[in-house]
Amino acid sequence: MDFGGINPVILIATLMASAVPILLAALGETVVERSGVLNLGVEGMMIIGALGGFVVAVQTGSPVLGFIGGAVAGAALSLIFAALTQVFLANQVATGLALTLFGLGVSSLGGQGYNGIKPPATGQLLPDALADLPVVGPILFGHDWVVYFSIAMTAVLWWVLKATRVGLVIRAVGESHEAAHALGYKVNRIRLMCIAFGGAMAGIGGAYVSLARVPQWVDGITSGAGWIALAIVVFASWRPWRVLLGAWLFGGITVLQLNLQVAGSGIPVEYLSMAPYLITILVLVVMSAGRRGKANGAPAALGQNFHASR
Amino acid sequence: MKRRTLLASAAMGLMLASGAFAQGMDKVKACFVYVGPIGDGGWTYQHHQGALAVQEKFGDKVEIQYQENVPEGADAERVLTQMALGGCNIIFTTSFGYMDATNAVAAKFPDVKFEHATGFKREHPNVSTYNARFYEGRAVEGLIAGRMTKSNKIGYIGSFPIPEVIMGINSYYLAAKKVNPDVQLSVVWAFTWFDPAKEADSAKALIDQGVDVIASHTDSTAPLAEAAKTGGKVIGFGQASDMAVPEYMPTPRVTSIIDNWAPYYVERVGALLDGTYEQKDTWAGIGGGEVQIGEITEAIPAEVKAEAEALRDAIGAGTLHPFTGPINKQDGSPWLAEGATAPDGDLLGMGFYVEGITGDIPQ
Repeated sequence: MDFGGINPVILIATLMASAVPILLAALGETVVERSGVLNLGVEGMMIIGALGGFVVAVQTGSPVLGFIGGAVAGAALSLIFAALTQVFLANQVATGLALTLFGLGVSSLGGQGYNGIKPPATGQLLPDALADLPVVGPILFGHDWVVYFSIAMTAVLWWVLKATRVGLVIRAVGESHEAAHALGYKVNRIRLMCIAFGGAMAGIGGAYVSLARVPQWVDGITSGAGWIALAIVVFASWRPWRVLLGAWLFGGITVLQLNLQVAGSGIPVEYLSMAPYLITILVLVVMSAGRRGKANGAPAALGQNFHASR
Repeated sequence: MKRRTLLASAAMGLMLASGAFAQGMDKVKACFVYVGPIGDGGWTYQHHQGALAVQEKFGDKVEIQYQENVPEGADAERVLTQMALGGCNIIFTTSFGYMDATNAVAAKFPDVKFEHATGFKREHPNVSTYNARFYEGRAVEGLIAGRMTKSNKIGYIGSFPIPEVIMGINSYYLAAKKVNPDVQLSVVWAFTWFDPAKEADSAKALIDQGVDVIASHTDSTAPLAEAAKTGGKVIGFGQASDMAVPEYMPTPRVTSIIDNWAPYYVERVGALLDGTYEQKDTWAGIGGGEVQIGEITEAIPAEVKAEAEALRDAIGAGTLHPFTGPINKQDGSPWLAEGATAPDGDLLGMGFYVEGITGDIPQ
């Protein structure tokens, strides 16, 4: 079952795990952007989540509490963004960028003294008997719980956004905040909750980096994952299942190119490293060509602040 | 007449400036440009330890300024210009990728001293370069790798395909092959100095393919953390810093290469203070104390440990060069004749693998 020295089963199992941080963060950001808010602070919220999760897990000895800690930390940081953009109506792009810088700085400060500590392990969820099955074992049953959580969240968000009243309200706020306001919805309050949700998801994604994927704390540990998550949201045209696809594609190509190198394939590294970005551009071109005028499905009120007096 | 006075006074000014310089300085502002965060536990951490040693040695006579996470390229030039304008007397640029930026900014600020780590360009009289012979440490790691591997597959996580890294790979492989002719080396290029998640993925890719000894040329402890997940089956090395934390000892961190920049930084800033500063190119290794081998843990059998320490001491004493012929290049063409040792020029421009390593160096 090897192709060019690479075992596809191990490859798929690895990419599912390595895509979790960007998947969770991108899902959170999808909800935020569907409600009409552009939060560019994903990287900052992720790294705060990575630190918060790490500290809580080390202090309590429980990885599950660690992930909750990561979610709380990410949400707390996002509330600063929410306060600035929803209450004080600050520019969302500038505030988001500032949030990233702030998050990186705070995490660097708060992480002093946590270097070189090993967090409690986040183990495999299901018994070995299932995980050891050939082929399906490693792919379907060999993961820790966060991997399943990330897939479940994709399904839940898809369903919520598509089929529930809550989803309809979020979309209404994101498409036309004036209309939503006229119908009596509290636009800023709904957006604030979406931002907090996005922060929590980014925080869990960050915590996955420091607790499961790398497991340790070093400064700057997320190193740009938040920016990739932002790109994936656009790539996915704001739809949860496509976010999953995009995250696995990005995660998969990264893992694949490393494995190809080890296996000694002749394909130059540069082409593989380029591939996800090329595919993103390609997808955007194809989608905008397909539905003329409607562009790529961006929420109409994305990035616009709302004030009831206007 | 007017112009002549102007020229004369300019010449006077220059003489005064250089005269004042030769007499030393009362206070030096030493600035450091880092490619990663000081908490990376590796490369940048060690440079910062050197900076702190300077501060401790000279106290009030020195002011330290540093900037972390400076990208290699155009941004570096901006940071360097700001530092030079901000009154830095000596600027240490601590990554290979700052080479062109360092020389470009040095041309504009002839009174500021620039010190570039691991580079080879000294285009202006105020640019010095310094480096450490890390490949000497790589040989010690390679010996341990060759002795310890059970699968006969050893791995190396490369950062960027530059001579510095390639000579590390070659040295590691040659030393491993010497003690274990069956050994095979897999190289993964991560194309980053610091990205813990990617470094962990690189280590995982190696482990998935059966590699059980991993050396890394990236800056974080992530490859060790990944190796630790295997419960002792896979070993690795501390890189740039000792990385001697209890969680990674005695295994997977079995020993380490430590970059010890403190003596050099203290010497250079001291020279600037007392007026003996001169442009130079420094390349010291185990013998000079710039490269140290960390404690070899009990995960390594006593006889292998003794062998590794003997190799370290022989390299340190100068009786053994890690690149001693006969060595062929990857394509089979001869590089070093029997008994010949590699000239420094060959090493500093190294762009080829030695015979036996598979795969191509990315361009």
